[in-house]
Amino acid sequence: MDILRETWPWWVGGPLIGLTVPLVYLYGAKKWGISSTLRHMCAATIPAGLEYFRYDWKARGAWQLLMSVGIAIGAFIATTWLASADPVLPISAETWAALSEIGLADREGLVPGSIFSFEGLMTPTGFLLIVGGGFLVGFGARYANGCTSGHAISGLSNLQLSSLTAVIGFFVGGLIVTHLVLPWVF
Amino acid sequence: METRPLNLAEPRWPYLLMGVYLGIVFTKTEVVSWFRIQEMFRFHAFHMYGIIGAAIGVGALGIFLIKRAGSHSLLGRPIAFPTPEDRKPGPQHWIGGTLFGLGWGLIGACPGPMYALIGAGVWVMLVGLLAAIAGAWTYGLLRPRLPHS
Repeated sequence: MDILRETWPWWVGGPLIGLTVPLVYLYGAKKWGISSTLRHMCAATIPAGLEYFRYDWKARGAWQLLMSVGIAIGAFIATTWLASADPVLPISAETWAALSEIGLADREGLVPGSIFSFEGLMTPTGFLLIVGGGFLVGFGARYANGCTSGHAISGLSNLQLSSLTAVIGFFVGGLIVTHLVLPWVF
Repeated sequence: METRPLNLAEPRWPYLLMGVYLGIVFTKTEVVSWFRIQEMFRFHAFHMYGIIGAAIGVGALGIFLIKRAGSHSLLGRPIAFPTPEDRKPGPQHWIGGTLFGLGWGLIGACPGPMYALIGAGVWVMLVGLLAAIAGAWTYGLLRPRLPHS
C-alpha cells in the first residue's frame, strides 16, 4: 500500500489517464473532454437567451458533469487515504530555486497555500491567479473548443492538427505567464 | 454481418466511477499541483511531459484498435470520430488556446484538476471554478463577434 502513497510515476499515471479516451469511446461512443462542463453549467443556470447555451445540457452533458463530481470524489479519496507522508511534493530542486528567486516561499501541499486560500484570494496576486487565471481557462477552453483533456489528449490521440494548434497555444500562453508575468507578481 | 443492438442509451453511473478513477490518478500523479505546472513550464522535469505523452500514446493506440474493429461502442452505437472539417486549425484554436494557456499558467490547473482540487479540500478553487464558468459564459456572449474558421 505504501507505494500507492508516493508520487505515481509518469509511466503509470500517463497510460492510466490515456486509457480514458478508448474507455469513453467504447462505453458511450463519446469523445472524452472535461471543459464542456463549464458550458453545461452556464446552459443549466443562466443561458440568458444566448445561442451558445441553447441546447439540452442534460442529454448532452450529464455524463461529463457526473464524471466531474467523480473527479472531486477521487481526489478526496487520494488525499484522505492515499496521502504521502511527506507534505512537500518531490518537485525539481531547480523549480524550488526558481520560485524562491521570484519570491514565492511556499513548499507544502499541492498548491502554494499563501495564494490558494481565502486570505490569498484577497491579495492582488491571489486575485490575479485564481480569478484572472480561472476566467482565462474558462474563456480560452470554450473558444478553442477543448482543454488539456479534449485537445492535448483526445485530440492529439486522434492526430488532429486543430488540437496540435491549440496545444501549442496552451504552451505559448503558459510560457508567457511563467517567464514574463509571474516574476513580477509575488 | 453480426447484429448489433442500436441506439441503446448507456447507464450514466459508470461515468461517476470513471471520474473517481481519474481523480485518484490526477491527484497521485500530482498533475493537479500548481508546482508541477510550474516545473513543466520551466522545463525542469520530464514528469508532466511523460504523463501527457504516454496518455496520448495509449489514447492513439486505443482509437486505432477501435477503428480497426469497426468504430462501434460496446453497445453497438456507431462512433463518430472528428471529421476532417473538425481537424482544420482556425483562429479559435490558436487564440483560444493561447488565452487558455495564460490562464493555465496563472491558476496552475486546467478544468479536470480544478474539480480535483475542490475534492482535495482546496476550497478557494470553488472561486476559480466560478471564474472559469464566468469565462465560458463571456465566450458564449462574445462568440458571434470573435474570429472562427
